[in-house]
Amino acid sequence: MKTLNFEDLIQFRKKAQANLEVRELSYAAVSDKACGLAVGTEHIQLLCCGGTGCKASSSAKIVECLKAVIEDNDIADKVEVIVTGCFGFCEKGPIVKVIPDNTFYTQVKPEDAEEIVKEHVIAGRRVERLLYLDPKTNEHVSDSKHMDFYRKQKRVALRNCGFIDPENIADYIARDGYAALSNALQNQTPEQVIEEIKKSGLRGRGGAGFPTGMKWGFARGYQAEHKYVVCNADEGDPGAFMDRSIMEGDPHSVIEAMAICGFCIGADQGLIYIRAEYPLAVNRLRIAIDQAREYGMLGKNIMGSDFSFDVEIRYGAGAFVCGEETALIHSMEGKRGEPTLKPPFPAESGYNGYPTNVNNVETLANVPIILTKGADWFASIGTEKSKGTKVFALAGKINNVGLIEVPMGTTLREIIYDIGGGVKNGKKFKAVQTGGPSGGCLTEKHLDIPIDYESLGAAGSMMGSGGMIVMDEDDCMVSVAKFYLEFTVGESCGKCTPCRIGNKRMLEILTRITEGKGTMDDIEHLKRLAATIKDTALCGLGQTSPNPILSTIDNFYDEYVEHVKNHKCRAGQCKALLTYTVNPEKCKGCGACARNCPADAIMGDVRKPHVINPFKCIRCGMCQSRCKFDAIQVF
Amino acid sequence: MAKEMKLACDVVEKIEAICDKHGNKPGELINILHEAQSLHGYLPEEMQRIIARKLNIPASKVYGVVTFYSFFTMTPKGKHPISVCLGTACYVRGSEKLLEEIKRILKIEVGETTPDGKFSLDCLRCVGACGLAPVVTIGEKVYGRLQPKDIQKILEEVGD
Repeated sequence: MKTLNFEDLIQFRKKAQANLEVRELSYAAVSDKACGLAVGTEHIQLLCCGGTGCKASSSAKIVECLKAVIEDNDIADKVEVIVTGCFGFCEKGPIVKVIPDNTFYTQVKPEDAEEIVKEHVIAGRRVERLLYLDPKTNEHVSDSKHMDFYRKQKRVALRNCGFIDPENIADYIARDGYAALSNALQNQTPEQVIEEIKKSGLRGRGGAGFPTGMKWGFARGYQAEHKYVVCNADEGDPGAFMDRSIMEGDPHSVIEAMAICGFCIGADQGLIYIRAEYPLAVNRLRIAIDQAREYGMLGKNIMGSDFSFDVEIRYGAGAFVCGEETALIHSMEGKRGEPTLKPPFPAESGYNGYPTNVNNVETLANVPIILTKGADWFASIGTEKSKGTKVFALAGKINNVGLIEVPMGTTLREIIYDIGGGVKNGKKFKAVQTGGPSGGCLTEKHLDIPIDYESLGAAGSMMGSGGMIVMDEDDCMVSVAKFYLEFTVGESCGKCTPCRIGNKRMLEILTRITEGKGTMDDIEHLKRLAATIKDTALCGLGQTSPNPILSTIDNFYDEYVEHVKNHKCRAGQCKALLTYTVNPEKCKGCGACARNCPADAIMGDVRKPHVINPFKCIRCGMCQSRCKFDAIQVF
Repeated sequence: MAKEMKLACDVVEKIEAICDKHGNKPGELINILHEAQSLHGYLPEEMQRIIARKLNIPASKVYGVVTFYSFFTMTPKGKHPISVCLGTACYVRGSEKLLEEIKRILKIEVGETTPDGKFSLDCLRCVGACGLAPVVTIGEKVYGRLQPKDIQKILEEVGD
């Protein structure tokens, strides 16, 4: 393959688009429920999700089986199996989508492959049992456009995920890939591109929300022999996986954006700092980088211009603090990932002392489409101060776990109840945690605020990278605060005292409270310590680490008081505050509890009600899980 | 770290080759450690000293980096490394109870390996299969939607 110049790229795109046309048209065509099935001579594509979530449920095996059945039936010339990135609807994965009729099969197993091919592809009958069952109407829904999960979503950063083959650059080019880079190199000055990004209102999606165009402008302002563009792919927030999904499903969008950024700030080298725990994303990026080089989208004299830029991958090694840009840069230099004071900002002195611009994956994925569709288009989405969309990883006690993308300004209620399908098992909603270990817990009263950077901050939480965990009545909010603090204490780099020692003291206090040994003074101490840490810690990790505690004290004060004064945990999560007893009316005396009790705390004669010795009981819950008669009660 | 097995000659040679490949540059330390660990499974003291000598930096510097990042380990892993996901999504769906159950059955703590070398136990933060929460990974395989009562059977299956 010879490298493409500007003119070749246009020709190549035309050819690639013809291949993708069947997919484009089928997405556009679905407008009503009665959509016909494709049978006979048409070319059929089976799109299988190859994201990490679906791969964990053996989607690779499904692909294998589909291919084998197609081969056996001699229809390989008409039917194609394509592995895509994440469709987002992880709760119902693995997902197989049939093009051109857009049938969306959920929870597919390898053994279903034969039926899909024989029934759907050959006989032209949908496999009803694999369709999504709408819990409201109890009817099968055959395409994603008519599912509540997708209805309110707007896919901008995820535009290509679940649509293109991430290991094929032609698919990306067909979707106007590398058009923004080619246009910038041919027709624009770096200043014009930066101005366009500024005008779009794009802000950093990694958490802090700093305006991207401004950041690029700063890096451009410094003169140096070398400059670097760094992609922060060290997604460390436990429960957020949007960056990984983008890299797995649409790696070229990140690479193209890095090249555009390089052109704007005058850099010749890009570095992607990625978690070593993301093997699939690393692999897809490697393939994408190789293809981009082969086609002349990276390397010397890109598309025949005088701009040269290349991208390399650097591995993280599991440290949450490396999400902070100065810590990330030190880690790339082979050192401990400890943050340093700003200024100097990386724009002035970053990687190896050279000016460096660090952007998050999702931020970068927005860049090419802003430039092809225009800043005004992007700025028309969202709220006054937060433009565009945001990807959230919706998880926890919710019916539809998955990766969603909504316009800024969507309310939490719409996300949880319309897209998420409400709380799991009909339980009562208690809280939603946004922003991960740096964010806070929001309650019922916050459900109707339109989400953007400012509103979430004002409510005591933050946008963060986009983790969104729903909690129900069985979750103890003191334990949740403790859970996040345990994380921060474990991940604190230890460089500054407030974070290293302060968080540890807070964790000790919280542990006391969850064991029923806390005092009312402890709650006040927590507040004071939290305020001190927020004011004095060196980097973002420490400054935001008290947020989960402050927001739970604010919104669930009575639960803290209950732990302290009544020694009670209403959610039944704090083990030390529980009492296990046997209900003598339900107990049949089978002895299953006594046999399985690791502490020998249960006594009783056969066929007579048993008794638990509270002094020996270690509250492990083993008896409860083994009792077939529901006779173990917990208070 | 007093008691230390001597590394085999070919391992030493390979480690030195990895350092050479990266030009013995201190800036490549993390990449070198990644390769060394994937070669040998863990990073014992002796290996860290070899790397320090090759890169011409103090051994304390290498040790500082190894102990800073959770991905690097100085103890050998079991034949079947178990990781319990303690990401938030798994946590609220009960992954702590899975961890307790595994500890109870294998009689080891987090970071330890069973005496027979079969299993080692670790925690990790989010494998990204939140739709399957709570999740445990054993080797490359992901087990999802688990309850404590499933653990015994899985461990027996894997251990055989």
